[in-house]
Amino acid sequence: MRILVCVKQVPDPNTVVYQIDPGTKRLVRDGVTNVLDPGAEVALEAALQLAERDGESTVTVVAMGPEDAEDAIRRALAMGAHDGALITDDALAGSDALGTAKALAAAIGQIGFDIIFCATESTDGYSGMVPGMVAELLGIPHLSFIRSLEVRDGVLTGQRVIALGYQTVQCPLPLLVAIASGSHEARYPALKGIMAAKRKKVEEYTLADLDLDPDDAGEAGARERVLELLPVEERQAGVIVEDNGDGAARIAELLRQRGVL
Amino acid sequence: MGAVWVYSEIYAGRPAPVALELISKAAELGEATAILLGRDAAGAASVAGEYGAARAIVDARADYDEHLAPAAVPTLAALVRERQPALLLFATTYDSRDVASRLATRLDRGVVTNATGIEADGDGFRILTPWGANTIAVCELTGPGTRIVLVRPKAFTAVNSGGACAVEQFAGPLDAATTAIRVVETVEETTQGPLLSDSKIVVAGGRGLGNADNFGLVEELADALGGAVGASRAVVDAGWRPYGEQIGQTGVTVKPDVYIACGISGAIQHLAGMKGAKTIIAINKDPEAPIFRSADLGIVGDALTVLPQLIAEVRRG
Repeated sequence: MRILVCVKQVPDPNTVVYQIDPGTKRLVRDGVTNVLDPGAEVALEAALQLAERDGESTVTVVAMGPEDAEDAIRRALAMGAHDGALITDDALAGSDALGTAKALAAAIGQIGFDIIFCATESTDGYSGMVPGMVAELLGIPHLSFIRSLEVRDGVLTGQRVIALGYQTVQCPLPLLVAIASGSHEARYPALKGIMAAKRKKVEEYTLADLDLDPDDAGEAGARERVLELLPVEERQAGVIVEDNGDGAARIAELLRQRGVL
Repeated sequence: MGAVWVYSEIYAGRPAPVALELISKAAELGEATAILLGRDAAGAASVAGEYGAARAIVDARADYDEHLAPAAVPTLAALVRERQPALLLFATTYDSRDVASRLATRLDRGVVTNATGIEADGDGFRILTPWGANTIAVCELTGPGTRIVLVRPKAFTAVNSGGACAVEQFAGPLDAATTAIRVVETVEETTQGPLLSDSKIVVAGGRGLGNADNFGLVEELADALGGAVGASRAVVDAGWRPYGEQIGQTGVTVKPDVYIACGISGAIQHLAGMKGAKTIIAINKDPEAPIFRSADLGIVGDALTVLPQLIAEVRRG
Protein backbone atom coordinates (compact mmCIF):
# COMPACT_ATOMS: atom_id res chain seq x y z
CA MET A 1 0.00 0.00 0.00
CA ARG A 2 1.02 3.57 -0.59
CA ILE A 3 0.48 5.27 2.77
CA LEU A 4 0.60 9.06 3.06
CA VAL A 5 0.76 10.95 6.34
CA CYS A 6 0.00 14.67 6.55
CA VAL A 7 2.17 16.26 9.24
CA LYS A 8 2.63 19.78 10.53
CA GLN A 9 5.34 21.72 12.27
CA VAL A 10 4.00 23.62 15.29
CA PRO A 11 5.42 25.72 18.13
CA ASP A 12 6.45 23.30 20.91
CA PRO A 13 3.25 23.02 22.98
CA ASN A 14 5.32 22.30 26.10
CA THR A 15 7.19 25.60 26.01
CA VAL A 16 5.20 28.08 24.01
CA VAL A 17 3.13 30.95 25.26
CA TYR A 18 1.05 31.79 22.20
CA GLN A 19 1.59 35.34 21.02
CA ILE A 20 -0.12 37.11 18.17
CA ASP A 21 1.73 39.70 16.10
CA PRO A 22 -0.54 42.76 16.23
CA GLY A 23 0.69 43.87 12.77
CA THR A 24 0.28 40.70 10.73
CA LYS A 25 -2.30 39.23 13.14
CA ARG A 26 -0.58 35.88 12.75
CA LEU A 27 0.95 33.60 15.32
CA VAL A 28 4.45 34.76 16.27
CA ARG A 29 6.76 31.95 15.19
CA ASP A 30 10.10 33.72 15.67
CA GLY A 31 12.12 32.71 18.70
CA VAL A 32 9.93 29.71 19.50
CA THR A 33 11.09 26.12 19.22
CA ASN A 34 9.23 24.30 16.48
CA VAL A 35 8.49 20.60 16.66
CA LEU A 36 6.66 17.93 14.73
CA ASP A 37 3.07 18.23 15.98
CA PRO A 38 2.56 15.60 18.72
CA GLY A 39 -0.81 14.77 17.13
CA ALA A 40 0.90 14.16 13.79
CA GLU A 41 3.44 11.89 15.54
CA VAL A 42 0.53 9.78 16.76
CA ALA A 43 -0.96 9.60 13.25
CA LEU A 44 2.46 8.67 11.85
CA GLU A 45 2.82 5.96 14.51
CA ALA A 46 -0.52 4.46 13.45
CA ALA A 47 0.63 4.56 9.82
CA LEU A 48 4.01 2.98 10.60
CA GLN A 49 2.34 0.18 12.56
CA LEU A 50 0.02 -0.52 9.64
CA ALA A 51 2.98 -0.57 7.23
CA GLU A 52 4.94 -2.92 9.53
CA ARG A 53 2.05 -5.38 9.79
CA ASP A 54 1.55 -5.25 6.04
CA GLY A 55 5.25 -5.56 5.20
CA GLU A 56 4.92 -4.23 1.66
CA SER A 57 3.84 -0.64 2.25
CA THR A 58 5.67 2.66 1.92
CA VAL A 59 5.01 5.62 4.18
CA THR A 60 5.42 9.13 2.73
CA VAL A 61 5.03 12.21 4.95
CA VAL A 62 3.64 15.41 3.46
CA ALA A 63 3.90 18.81 5.10
CA MET A 64 3.17 22.39 4.14
CA GLY A 65 5.17 25.13 5.77
CA PRO A 66 8.22 27.37 5.59
CA GLU A 67 11.59 25.90 4.51
CA ASP A 68 12.48 24.93 8.07
CA ALA A 69 9.41 22.68 8.27
CA GLU A 70 11.80 20.19 6.71
CA ASP A 71 13.00 19.62 10.31
CA ALA A 72 9.57 18.19 11.15
CA ILE A 73 9.74 15.96 8.08
CA ARG A 74 13.25 14.76 9.08
CA ARG A 75 11.90 13.86 12.50
CA ALA A 76 9.13 11.83 10.83
CA LEU A 77 11.72 10.15 8.60
CA ALA A 78 13.81 9.35 11.69
CA MET A 79 10.73 7.69 13.21
CA GLY A 80 10.59 5.43 10.16
CA ALA A 81 8.77 7.12 7.26
CA HIS A 82 10.37 6.25 3.91
CA ASP A 83 10.37 9.62 2.19
CA GLY A 84 8.84 13.07 2.43
CA ALA A 85 7.28 15.94 0.52
CA LEU A 86 7.46 19.58 1.58
CA ILE A 87 5.12 22.12 0.07
CA THR A 88 6.82 25.45 0.55
CA ASP A 89 6.27 28.77 -1.16
CA ASP A 90 6.31 32.34 0.17
CA ALA A 91 2.87 32.82 -1.40
CA LEU A 92 1.48 30.13 0.95
CA ALA A 93 2.07 32.16 4.12
CA GLY A 94 -1.22 33.13 5.76
CA SER A 95 -3.19 30.27 4.21
CA ASP A 96 -6.49 29.46 5.89
CA ALA A 97 -7.69 25.88 6.39
CA LEU A 98 -9.13 25.55 2.88
CA GLY A 99 -6.00 27.03 1.29
CA THR A 100 -3.86 24.57 3.25
CA ALA A 101 -6.11 21.69 2.22
CA LYS A 102 -5.93 22.71 -1.45
CA ALA A 103 -2.13 22.66 -1.38
CA LEU A 104 -2.00 19.32 0.47
CA ALA A 105 -4.60 17.71 -1.80
CA ALA A 106 -2.79 18.88 -4.93
CA ALA A 107 0.51 17.39 -3.76
CA ILE A 108 -1.17 14.18 -2.56
CA GLY A 109 -2.88 13.85 -5.94
CA GLN A 110 0.51 14.01 -7.67
CA ILE A 111 2.20 11.56 -5.29
CA GLY A 112 -0.62 9.01 -5.34
CA PHE A 113 -1.97 7.00 -2.38
CA ASP A 114 -4.11 4.17 -1.09
CA ILE A 115 -4.71 5.61 2.37
CA ILE A 116 -3.99 8.99 3.99
CA PHE A 117 -3.36 9.48 7.70
CA CYS A 118 -3.49 12.74 9.63
CA ALA A 119 -4.14 14.02 13.14
CA THR A 120 -7.75 14.79 14.02
CA GLU A 121 -6.65 18.37 14.72
CA SER A 122 -3.38 20.25 15.02
CA THR A 123 -2.01 21.18 18.43
CA ASP A 124 -1.69 24.88 17.52
CA GLY A 125 -4.85 25.60 15.53
CA TYR A 126 -7.43 23.09 16.81
CA SER A 127 -9.76 23.82 13.92
CA GLY A 128 -9.98 20.19 12.79
CA MET A 129 -11.03 21.32 9.31
CA VAL A 130 -8.14 20.13 7.15
CA PRO A 131 -8.82 16.33 7.18
CA GLY A 132 -12.38 16.62 5.87
CA MET A 133 -11.33 19.32 3.39
CA VAL A 134 -8.48 17.25 1.92
CA ALA A 135 -10.78 14.21 1.61
CA GLU A 136 -13.49 16.28 -0.06
CA LEU A 137 -11.02 17.78 -2.56
CA LEU A 138 -9.80 14.28 -3.42
CA GLY A 139 -13.37 12.93 -3.61
CA ILE A 140 -12.76 10.18 -1.03
CA PRO A 141 -14.45 9.32 2.31
CA HIS A 142 -12.84 10.34 5.60
CA LEU A 143 -13.09 8.95 9.09
CA SER A 144 -12.30 11.21 12.04
CA PHE A 145 -11.20 10.32 15.58
CA ILE A 146 -10.01 6.79 14.82
CA ARG A 147 -8.22 5.09 17.73
CA SER A 148 -7.41 1.71 16.17
CA LEU A 149 -7.59 0.23 12.69
CA GLU A 150 -6.89 -2.76 10.49
CA VAL A 151 -6.87 -3.07 6.70
CA ARG A 152 -7.85 -6.38 5.11
CA ASP A 153 -8.65 -7.05 1.42
CA GLY A 154 -8.79 -3.34 0.67
CA VAL A 155 -11.27 -2.57 3.46
CA LEU A 156 -10.44 -0.61 6.61
CA THR A 157 -12.12 -1.57 9.88
CA GLY A 158 -11.57 0.85 12.73
CA GLN A 159 -12.82 2.10 16.07
CA ARG A 160 -14.06 5.68 16.03
CA VAL A 161 -14.23 7.43 19.40
CA ILE A 162 -17.60 8.96 20.35
CA ALA A 163 -18.65 10.71 23.56
CA LEU A 164 -19.74 7.62 25.46
CA GLY A 165 -17.58 4.95 23.84
CA TYR A 166 -16.79 3.98 20.27
CA GLN A 167 -18.25 2.90 16.95
CA THR A 168 -16.82 0.16 14.80
CA VAL A 169 -16.74 1.49 11.25
CA GLN A 170 -15.80 0.00 7.88
CA CYS A 171 -14.84 1.65 4.63
CA PRO A 172 -13.14 0.48 1.43
CA LEU A 173 -9.88 2.18 0.38
CA PRO A 174 -8.97 4.77 -0.82
CA LEU A 175 -9.83 6.93 2.16
CA LEU A 176 -8.45 9.38 4.72
CA VAL A 177 -8.30 8.56 8.43
CA ALA A 178 -7.81 11.18 11.14
CA ILE A 179 -6.26 9.56 14.21
CA ALA A 180 -7.37 10.40 17.77
CA SER A 181 -4.71 12.02 19.94
CA GLY A 182 -3.14 9.68 22.48
CA SER A 183 -4.46 6.56 20.74
CA HIS A 184 -0.95 5.37 19.82
CA GLU A 185 2.31 5.86 21.69
CA ALA A 186 4.64 7.56 19.19
CA ARG A 187 8.05 5.87 19.01
CA TYR A 188 11.18 7.80 19.87
CA PRO A 189 13.60 7.92 16.93
CA ALA A 190 16.67 5.73 17.48
CA LEU A 191 20.14 6.99 16.52
CA LYS A 192 20.12 4.63 13.55
CA GLY A 193 16.84 6.14 12.38
CA ILE A 194 18.17 9.68 12.79
CA MET A 195 21.25 8.82 10.71
CA ALA A 196 19.15 7.08 8.03
CA ALA A 197 16.76 10.05 7.87
CA LYS A 198 19.56 12.30 6.61
CA ARG A 199 19.82 10.23 3.44
CA LYS A 200 16.10 9.92 2.77
CA LYS A 201 14.56 11.95 -0.01
CA VAL A 202 12.43 15.03 0.61
CA GLU A 203 10.78 16.38 -2.53
CA GLU A 204 9.91 20.09 -2.60
CA TYR A 205 6.77 21.48 -4.21
CA THR A 206 5.98 25.12 -4.99
CA LEU A 207 2.59 26.60 -5.90
CA ALA A 208 3.56 26.41 -9.57
CA ASP A 209 4.48 22.71 -9.23
CA LEU A 210 0.98 22.10 -7.89
CA ASP A 211 -0.80 24.14 -10.60
CA LEU A 212 -2.34 26.34 -7.92
CA ASP A 213 -3.03 30.05 -8.28
CA PRO A 214 -2.08 32.47 -5.53
CA ASP A 215 -5.85 33.03 -5.16
CA ASP A 216 -6.30 29.40 -4.10
CA ALA A 217 -4.06 29.54 -1.07
CA GLY A 218 -1.93 31.89 0.99
CA GLU A 219 -3.09 35.21 2.35
CA ALA A 220 -4.57 36.24 -1.04
CA GLY A 221 -6.89 33.24 -1.01
CA ALA A 222 -7.85 33.36 2.66
CA ARG A 223 -11.49 34.15 3.31
CA GLU A 224 -11.09 34.55 7.05
CA ARG A 225 -9.88 38.04 7.87
CA VAL A 226 -8.94 39.18 11.38
CA LEU A 227 -10.44 42.62 12.03
CA GLU A 228 -9.07 43.26 15.49
CA LEU A 229 -7.63 41.59 18.56
CA LEU A 230 -9.21 42.15 21.95
CA PRO A 231 -7.89 41.24 25.39
CA VAL A 232 -9.82 38.54 27.22
CA GLU A 233 -11.58 39.71 30.35
CA GLU A 234 -9.43 38.39 33.16
CA ARG A 235 -11.06 36.64 36.06
CA GLN A 236 -10.66 38.45 39.36
CA ALA A 237 -7.50 37.30 41.08
CA GLY A 238 -8.29 34.63 43.64
CA VAL A 239 -6.68 33.53 46.88
CA ILE A 240 -3.71 31.21 46.44
CA VAL A 241 -2.38 29.60 49.62
CA GLU A 242 0.17 26.98 50.57
CA ASP A 243 -1.36 23.83 52.05
CA ASN A 244 -0.31 23.74 55.68
CA GLY A 245 -2.70 20.97 56.56
CA ASP A 246 -5.67 23.32 56.31
CA GLY A 247 -6.17 23.21 52.52
CA ALA A 248 -9.13 20.85 52.72
CA ALA A 249 -10.76 22.94 55.44
CA ARG A 250 -10.40 26.09 53.34
CA ILE A 251 -12.03 24.40 50.36
CA ALA A 252 -14.86 23.10 52.55
CA GLU A 253 -15.39 26.61 53.89
CA LEU A 254 -15.71 28.02 50.37
CA LEU A 255 -18.10 25.19 49.42
CA ARG A 256 -20.26 26.13 52.44
CA GLN A 257 -20.24 29.80 51.37
CA ARG A 258 -21.41 28.71 47.93
CA GLY A 259 -24.20 26.62 49.42
CA VAL A 260 -22.76 23.35 48.14
CA LEU A 261 -22.27 21.95 51.63
CA MET B 1 -30.58 40.41 8.41
CA GLY B 2 -31.38 37.33 6.34
CA ALA B 3 -31.90 33.74 7.25
CA VAL B 4 -29.65 32.14 9.86
CA TRP B 5 -29.50 28.37 9.60
CA VAL B 6 -28.45 25.88 12.24
CA TYR B 7 -27.31 22.36 11.34
CA SER B 8 -28.84 20.58 14.32
CA GLU B 9 -27.51 17.22 15.41
CA ILE B 10 -30.27 15.09 16.91
CA TYR B 11 -29.73 13.31 20.21
CA ALA B 12 -32.39 11.14 21.90
CA GLY B 13 -35.13 12.47 19.62
CA ARG B 14 -34.37 16.15 20.28
CA PRO B 15 -31.95 18.67 18.86
CA ALA B 16 -28.70 18.23 20.82
CA PRO B 17 -28.37 20.75 23.72
CA VAL B 18 -25.73 22.74 21.81
CA ALA B 19 -28.05 22.88 18.76
CA LEU B 20 -30.71 24.53 20.94
CA GLU B 21 -28.11 27.09 22.07
CA LEU B 22 -27.37 27.88 18.42
CA ILE B 23 -31.06 28.03 17.45
CA SER B 24 -31.77 30.57 20.22
CA LYS B 25 -28.78 32.64 19.07
CA ALA B 26 -29.89 32.39 15.42
CA ALA B 27 -33.31 33.76 16.41
CA GLU B 28 -31.53 36.80 17.89
CA LEU B 29 -29.58 37.38 14.69
CA GLY B 30 -32.31 36.85 12.08
CA GLU B 31 -34.90 34.32 10.96
CA ALA B 32 -33.78 31.05 12.53
CA THR B 33 -34.05 27.86 10.48
CA ALA B 34 -33.14 24.46 11.94
CA ILE B 35 -31.85 21.82 9.53
CA LEU B 36 -32.86 18.42 10.92
CA LEU B 37 -31.86 15.20 9.17
CA GLY B 38 -32.65 11.64 10.21
CA ARG B 39 -35.42 9.42 11.60
CA ASP B 40 -36.31 11.67 14.53
CA ALA B 41 -36.21 14.92 12.53
CA ALA B 42 -39.94 15.65 12.64
CA GLY B 43 -40.19 15.32 16.43
CA ALA B 44 -37.03 17.35 16.91
CA ALA B 45 -38.50 20.13 14.75
CA SER B 46 -41.18 20.97 17.31
CA VAL B 47 -38.50 21.34 20.01
CA ALA B 48 -36.49 23.59 17.65
CA GLY B 49 -39.58 25.80 17.38
CA GLU B 50 -39.82 26.12 21.15
CA TYR B 51 -36.25 27.41 21.24
CA GLY B 52 -36.71 30.06 18.58
CA ALA B 53 -36.68 28.42 15.14
CA ALA B 54 -39.16 30.08 12.79
CA ARG B 55 -38.72 27.28 10.29
CA ALA B 56 -37.42 23.75 10.19
CA ILE B 57 -36.21 21.97 7.09
CA VAL B 58 -36.71 18.27 7.70
CA ASP B 59 -35.50 15.18 5.86
CA ALA B 60 -36.58 12.19 7.94
CA ARG B 61 -34.95 9.42 5.91
CA ALA B 62 -32.97 6.88 7.93
CA ASP B 63 -29.96 7.16 5.56
CA TYR B 64 -28.58 9.94 7.77
CA ASP B 65 -28.68 7.67 10.85
CA GLU B 66 -27.24 4.67 9.07
CA HIS B 67 -24.17 6.55 7.87
CA LEU B 68 -21.81 8.90 9.64
CA ALA B 69 -22.63 12.61 9.80
CA PRO B 70 -20.99 13.61 6.45
CA ALA B 71 -23.93 11.94 4.67
CA ALA B 72 -25.60 15.32 5.29
CA VAL B 73 -23.10 17.20 3.09
CA PRO B 74 -24.82 16.86 -0.34
CA THR B 75 -28.20 17.78 1.16
CA LEU B 76 -26.77 20.87 2.86
CA ALA B 77 -24.87 21.87 -0.27
CA ALA B 78 -28.05 21.64 -2.36
CA LEU B 79 -30.04 23.70 0.16
CA VAL B 80 -27.37 26.39 0.56
CA ARG B 81 -26.86 26.77 -3.20
CA GLU B 82 -30.60 27.10 -3.75
CA ARG B 83 -31.42 29.48 -0.89
CA GLN B 84 -28.21 31.27 0.12
CA PRO B 85 -28.80 31.86 3.85
CA ALA B 86 -26.69 34.67 5.32
CA LEU B 87 -25.17 32.42 7.98
CA LEU B 88 -24.94 28.69 8.63
CA LEU B 89 -24.01 27.65 12.16
CA PHE B 90 -22.51 24.36 13.32
CA ALA B 91 -21.52 23.21 16.79
CA THR B 92 -17.85 22.45 17.45
CA THR B 93 -18.36 18.68 17.74
CA TYR B 94 -16.54 15.94 15.83
CA ASP B 95 -19.60 15.07 13.76
CA SER B 96 -20.39 18.67 12.87
CA ARG B 97 -16.74 19.41 12.08
CA ASP B 98 -16.73 16.49 9.66
CA VAL B 99 -19.82 17.91 7.95
CA ALA B 100 -18.75 21.57 7.94
CA SER B 101 -15.25 20.92 6.59
CA ARG B 102 -16.55 18.98 3.59
CA LEU B 103 -19.43 21.40 2.99
CA ALA B 104 -17.17 24.49 3.05
CA THR B 105 -14.92 22.78 0.51
CA ARG B 106 -17.79 21.76 -1.77
CA LEU B 107 -19.13 25.33 -1.70
CA ASP B 108 -15.58 26.80 -1.82
CA ARG B 109 -16.30 28.89 1.27
CA GLY B 110 -14.13 30.01 4.15
CA VAL B 111 -15.04 28.90 7.64
CA VAL B 112 -14.42 30.19 11.17
CA THR B 113 -14.07 27.59 13.92
CA ASN B 114 -14.29 27.65 17.72
CA ALA B 115 -16.38 30.84 17.74
CA THR B 116 -17.60 32.10 21.11
CA GLY B 117 -19.51 35.15 19.88
CA ILE B 118 -21.29 36.43 16.76
CA GLU B 119 -22.51 39.98 16.15
CA ALA B 120 -24.42 41.24 13.10
CA ASP B 121 -22.47 43.98 11.34
CA GLY B 122 -24.16 45.50 8.29
CA ASP B 123 -24.42 42.73 5.71
CA GLY B 124 -21.80 40.62 7.45
CA PHE B 125 -20.94 39.31 10.87
CA ARG B 126 -18.24 39.93 13.45
CA ILE B 127 -17.17 36.52 14.71
CA LEU B 128 -15.32 36.25 18.02
CA THR B 129 -12.89 33.42 18.48
CA PRO B 130 -10.33 32.91 21.26
CA TRP B 131 -6.66 32.85 20.29
CA GLY B 132 -4.51 31.54 23.09
CA ALA B 133 -5.18 32.35 26.71
CA ASN B 134 -5.60 36.10 26.65
CA THR B 135 -6.67 37.26 23.19
CA ILE B 136 -9.98 37.25 21.36
CA ALA B 137 -9.74 37.64 17.59
CA VAL B 138 -12.62 39.39 15.88
CA CYS B 139 -12.89 37.90 12.38
CA GLU B 140 -15.02 38.26 9.31
CA LEU B 141 -15.51 36.00 6.34
CA THR B 142 -14.99 37.78 3.04
CA GLY B 143 -16.38 37.04 -0.40
CA PRO B 144 -19.95 36.38 -1.51
CA GLY B 145 -22.37 33.79 -0.17
CA THR B 146 -23.21 32.00 3.04
CA ARG B 147 -20.92 32.37 6.05
CA ILE B 148 -20.08 29.07 7.74
CA VAL B 149 -19.21 29.29 11.44
CA LEU B 150 -18.54 26.59 14.03
CA VAL B 151 -19.47 27.62 17.56
CA ARG B 152 -18.19 26.26 20.85
CA PRO B 153 -20.74 24.59 23.13
CA LYS B 154 -22.07 26.84 25.92
CA ALA B 155 -21.09 30.03 24.10
CA PHE B 156 -24.79 30.91 23.96
CA THR B 157 -27.80 30.18 26.15
CA ALA B 158 -30.71 28.03 24.97
CA VAL B 159 -33.96 29.91 25.65
CA ASN B 160 -37.31 28.11 25.58
CA SER B 161 -39.74 30.77 24.39
CA GLY B 162 -42.46 28.23 23.68
CA GLY B 163 -42.86 29.05 19.98
CA ALA B 164 -43.72 26.83 17.06
CA CYS B 165 -42.05 26.57 13.67
CA ALA B 166 -43.17 25.97 10.12
CA VAL B 167 -41.95 22.58 8.96
CA GLU B 168 -40.80 22.03 5.41
CA GLN B 169 -40.06 18.54 4.07
CA PHE B 170 -37.02 18.23 1.86
CA ALA B 171 -35.52 15.20 0.16
CA GLY B 172 -31.82 15.84 -0.32
CA PRO B 173 -29.37 13.97 -2.53
CA LEU B 174 -26.90 11.40 -1.13
CA ASP B 175 -23.47 10.64 -2.59
CA ALA B 176 -20.89 7.88 -2.64
CA ALA B 177 -17.97 9.68 -0.95
CA THR B 178 -19.99 10.28 2.21
CA THR B 179 -22.06 7.08 2.36
CA ALA B 180 -19.29 4.55 1.68
CA ILE B 181 -18.70 4.22 5.43
CA ARG B 182 -20.63 1.52 7.28
CA VAL B 183 -21.26 1.67 11.03
CA VAL B 184 -20.94 -1.93 12.20
CA GLU B 185 -21.70 -1.37 15.88
CA THR B 186 -21.85 1.27 18.58
CA VAL B 187 -20.45 0.45 22.02
CA GLU B 188 -20.97 2.49 25.20
CA GLU B 189 -18.02 2.35 27.59
CA THR B 190 -19.01 4.92 30.18
CA THR B 191 -22.16 6.13 31.83
CA GLN B 192 -21.73 9.39 33.68
CA GLY B 193 -24.01 9.78 36.70
CA PRO B 194 -25.12 13.38 36.27
CA LEU B 195 -24.32 14.20 32.65
CA LEU B 196 -20.95 15.95 32.79
CA SER B 197 -21.74 18.90 30.54
CA ASP B 198 -24.79 19.92 32.59
CA SER B 199 -23.60 19.10 36.09
CA LYS B 200 -23.59 21.93 38.68
CA ILE B 201 -20.49 20.51 40.33
CA VAL B 202 -17.52 19.07 38.46
CA VAL B 203 -14.47 17.46 40.06
CA ALA B 204 -11.70 16.96 37.50
CA GLY B 205 -8.33 15.27 37.72
CA GLY B 206 -5.05 15.49 35.84
CA ARG B 207 -1.53 14.11 35.65
CA GLY B 208 -0.72 15.45 39.12
CA LEU B 209 -2.67 12.52 40.60
CA GLY B 210 0.23 10.29 39.59
CA ASN B 211 -1.63 7.27 38.29
CA ALA B 212 -5.02 5.94 37.22
CA ASP B 213 -5.74 4.31 40.59
CA ASN B 214 -5.42 7.59 42.45
CA PHE B 215 -8.19 8.94 40.23
CA GLY B 216 -10.52 7.07 42.56
CA LEU B 217 -10.17 10.03 44.96
CA VAL B 218 -11.66 12.34 42.31
CA GLU B 219 -14.56 9.93 41.84
CA GLU B 220 -15.10 9.73 45.61
CA LEU B 221 -15.19 13.51 45.99
CA ALA B 222 -17.53 13.91 43.01
CA ASP B 223 -19.77 11.23 44.49
CA ALA B 224 -19.80 12.89 47.93
CA LEU B 225 -20.71 16.26 46.35
CA GLY B 226 -23.27 14.80 43.92
CA GLY B 227 -21.18 16.07 41.01
CA ALA B 228 -19.67 14.70 37.83
CA VAL B 229 -16.13 13.51 37.09
CA GLY B 230 -13.99 15.27 34.50
CA ALA B 231 -10.46 14.73 33.24
CA SER B 232 -7.67 16.62 31.51
CA ARG B 233 -6.62 15.65 28.00
CA ALA B 234 -3.30 14.34 29.34
CA VAL B 235 -4.95 11.64 31.43
CA VAL B 236 -7.43 10.72 28.70
CA ASP B 237 -4.53 10.40 26.25
CA ALA B 238 -2.72 8.26 28.81
CA GLY B 239 -5.72 5.96 28.93
CA TRP B 240 -6.58 6.60 32.59
CA ARG B 241 -10.05 7.89 31.77
CA PRO B 242 -12.52 7.56 28.86
CA TYR B 243 -12.78 10.30 26.25
CA GLY B 244 -16.30 11.20 27.39
CA GLU B 245 -14.80 12.74 30.54
CA GLN B 246 -12.30 14.98 28.73
CA ILE B 247 -12.80 18.67 29.46
CA GLY B 248 -11.28 21.29 27.20
CA GLN B 249 -11.01 22.75 23.74
CA THR B 250 -11.22 19.15 22.58
CA GLY B 251 -13.94 17.36 24.49
CA VAL B 252 -16.64 18.61 26.82
CA THR B 253 -17.23 22.25 27.73
CA VAL B 254 -18.60 22.75 31.25
CA LYS B 255 -19.99 25.80 33.03
CA PRO B 256 -20.75 24.47 36.51
CA ASP B 257 -21.32 26.46 39.70
CA VAL B 258 -18.23 24.86 41.21
CA TYR B 259 -15.23 23.36 39.40
CA ILE B 260 -12.56 21.58 41.43
CA ALA B 261 -9.34 20.92 39.47
CA CYS B 262 -7.11 18.30 41.12
CA GLY B 263 -3.56 17.97 39.82
CA ILE B 264 -4.41 19.80 36.59
CA SER B 265 -1.82 22.33 35.42
CA GLY B 266 -4.35 24.31 33.36
CA ALA B 267 -3.07 24.35 29.78
CA ILE B 268 -4.88 26.79 27.50
CA GLN B 269 -6.72 23.94 25.90
CA HIS B 270 -8.10 22.80 29.27
CA LEU B 271 -9.09 26.33 30.34
CA ALA B 272 -11.12 26.71 27.14
CA GLY B 273 -13.45 24.01 28.42
CA MET B 274 -14.02 25.19 32.01
CA LYS B 275 -13.19 28.85 32.51
CA GLY B 276 -16.90 29.69 32.41
CA ALA B 277 -17.35 28.00 35.83
CA LYS B 278 -18.73 30.35 38.49
CA THR B 279 -16.26 29.22 41.15
CA ILE B 280 -12.95 27.54 40.36
CA ILE B 281 -10.98 25.71 43.04
CA ALA B 282 -7.55 24.31 42.15
CA ILE B 283 -5.21 21.95 43.98
CA ASN B 284 -1.72 21.66 42.49
CA LYS B 285 1.80 21.10 43.78
CA ASP B 286 3.31 23.61 41.37
CA PRO B 287 2.74 27.22 42.52
CA GLU B 288 3.44 28.35 38.93
CA ALA B 289 0.68 26.17 37.44
CA PRO B 290 -1.42 28.33 35.06
CA ILE B 291 -4.64 26.98 36.60
CA PHE B 292 -4.01 29.24 39.64
CA ARG B 293 -4.41 32.35 37.46
CA SER B 294 -8.05 31.36 36.89
CA ALA B 295 -8.77 30.01 40.37
CA ASP B 296 -10.92 31.70 43.02
CA LEU B 297 -9.21 29.50 45.59
CA GLY B 298 -5.90 27.81 44.90
CA ILE B 299 -4.29 25.31 47.26
CA VAL B 300 -0.58 24.81 46.58
CA GLY B 301 -0.26 21.25 47.76
CA ASP B 302 -0.49 17.58 46.90
CA ALA B 303 -3.96 16.55 45.74
CA LEU B 304 -3.26 13.09 47.17
CA THR B 305 -3.01 14.66 50.65
CA VAL B 306 -5.77 17.24 50.33
CA LEU B 307 -8.42 15.05 48.66
CA PRO B 308 -8.84 12.42 51.42
CA GLN B 309 -9.18 15.20 53.99
CA LEU B 310 -11.68 17.05 51.81
CA ILE B 311 -13.73 13.91 51.18
CA ALA B 312 -13.94 13.38 54.95
CA GLU B 313 -14.97 17.05 55.48
CA VAL B 314 -17.66 16.83 52.81
CA ARG B 315 -19.05 13.57 54.24
CA ARG B 316 -19.29 15.23 57.66
CA GLY B 317 -21.35 17.94 55.87
